[in-house]
Amino acid sequence: MTVRLQAEPFEAGALLTAFCAGRAETGAVVSFTGLARATAGAVAALELEAYPGFTDAEIERIAKAARVRFSLQDLLIVHRVGRIAPGEAIVFVATAASHRRAAFEAADHLMDYLKSRAPFWKREHGPDGARWIEPTERDMADAARWD
Amino acid sequence: MVRVLLFGRLADVAGWRERTLDPAPGTLAELRRRIATDHAALAEALKARGVQAAVNKAIVRGDVALAPGAEVAFLPPMSGG
Repeated sequence: MTVRLQAEPFEAGALLTAFCAGRAETGAVVSFTGLARATAGAVAALELEAYPGFTDAEIERIAKAARVRFSLQDLLIVHRVGRIAPGEAIVFVATAASHRRAAFEAADHLMDYLKSRAPFWKREHGPDGARWIEPTERDMADAARWD
Repeated sequence: MVRVLLFGRLADVAGWRERTLDPAPGTLAELRRRIATDHAALAEALKARGVQAAVNKAIVRGDVALAPGAEVAFLPPMSGG
């Protein structure tokens, strides 16, 4: 199980290939890649602030719980921090399990958590300056499905 | 000496992100008073709903004692990634 925060861009395909390598007993790998989205060019960049040592520890705690809850064989979370341009990958989650249902559900669960409750502070830089973003009602409701 | 960290909009309000307090405040309440004395907007922002405090990277509630060398962080509502 690996949780990694990094400022550098990553290539989702390469992460997935490496994650799948050498898995004789895994029947299913599910991966999700989240991209920084801009609305009709309104957002020039997204900035994610993390608290090193706190943010990663918190995500690891949730990842460990998910590994038990969904009987995962392995999982990988890579999350960008710092400034992220529209179209760049911001988050990558991969889950490995014996069967597909657990791998799908675990990836869905982890993304709902990461999108709404993970300790990041998010700021959008647009033409009118920068503004801090808080989770949407939809993000909260998605996360509450797993409580 | 105690290190204070501000995250998200709190750093914008304060105009600083990290500060060292020396002599060290003995409690979190004293630390709040010290950093907010000359800054009414920051004092308000720290009291806002959803703002949490962490001591040595663990969330705390209410007042707690601070050991020398402690790291205190004020965290606005988390936005997710």
